[in-house]
Amino acid sequence: MTTGPDDAPPIRFELRRGAITALPLAVAVGLFGVSFGVLSATTGGMGALPAVVMSATTFAGSAQFAAASILAGGGQPIAAVAAALLLNARYLPIGISVARVLTGGPLRRFLKAQLVVDESWAIAARRGGEFVAGRLLGAGFVLWLSWVGGTVVGVIGGEALGDPTALGLDAAFPALFLALLASQLTGRGAVSAALLGAGIAIALTPFTPPGVPIIAASAAALIGLLDR
Amino acid sequence: MSAIWGIVAAIGIATMAIKAAGPVLLGERPLPVRVKSVVALLAPALFAALVGTATLGAGQSLVVDARIVGVGAAVVALALRAPTLAVVVVAALAAALARLAGIS
Repeated sequence: MTTGPDDAPPIRFELRRGAITALPLAVAVGLFGVSFGVLSATTGGMGALPAVVMSATTFAGSAQFAAASILAGGGQPIAAVAAALLLNARYLPIGISVARVLTGGPLRRFLKAQLVVDESWAIAARRGGEFVAGRLLGAGFVLWLSWVGGTVVGVIGGEALGDPTALGLDAAFPALFLALLASQLTGRGAVSAALLGAGIAIALTPFTPPGVPIIAASAAALIGLLDR
Repeated sequence: MSAIWGIVAAIGIATMAIKAAGPVLLGERPLPVRVKSVVALLAPALFAALVGTATLGAGQSLVVDARIVGVGAAVVALALRAPTLAVVVVAALAAALARLAGIS
């Protein structure tokens, strides 16, 4: 018997389901981890060990790529930190959306929250703004392993593995978000928020540092206040 | 070298704090209805924004490249009610083929 509500499957089932759903993405994430490792170790931007430590602790691909490429290009440390934090600011609203389901004391909540990345959050999303914690944690753990593992392979000598974009893996991410978006479009409010969010993000991209368009797009959710 | 470790620590600690802020500070407290109705729309708004920037974004510019072929294939797969995994694989395959065909 489960301890959750009557219709909730056991946590083990949800963990496994999240992990399995994340597997194909883990391949893509792992290969991007390899390219992050290569970029960090070969361009003189960061170095091997800091790159691995960063993957294990920060665990946010776009922010890490931004920081590594700014450093590799000879940019200021403060610029690298600012870019990474702008890109990760979206995890504030994302964290709020899953706050209720990441149960436990403060330490457990803190640790569980570290497994939140775009993909695990997306996999955990159900219709109507609810999230399944087990799926998030299962997916997040698999993605963390592949991201850190990929980075290790990359810094040791991943140049031989080639360019992930040649395999079309950069198209895998928008496709995942699109598939998950489709499952969220359950009413007029959601459709309007999606159109507005995409419009804001695309319109701002040429004019703001990377990261800002996504954060600004979260303002589209404010139309939820209109209907009440 | 120590500057690098400072950067790694700053980004790592700040990111952990950002991710944990909601879950640790809010706990299981139920959100007010008005906040809830906004949070419910965060997923569609952010997913759509990520679709846009992951398809067209390249740093601070917008480019049309092989990714859009992949996303187009994903739209077709979704219309055919393919499961999420198949949608992702089809998109990667289509983008890879487009690159083989010479579309950057």
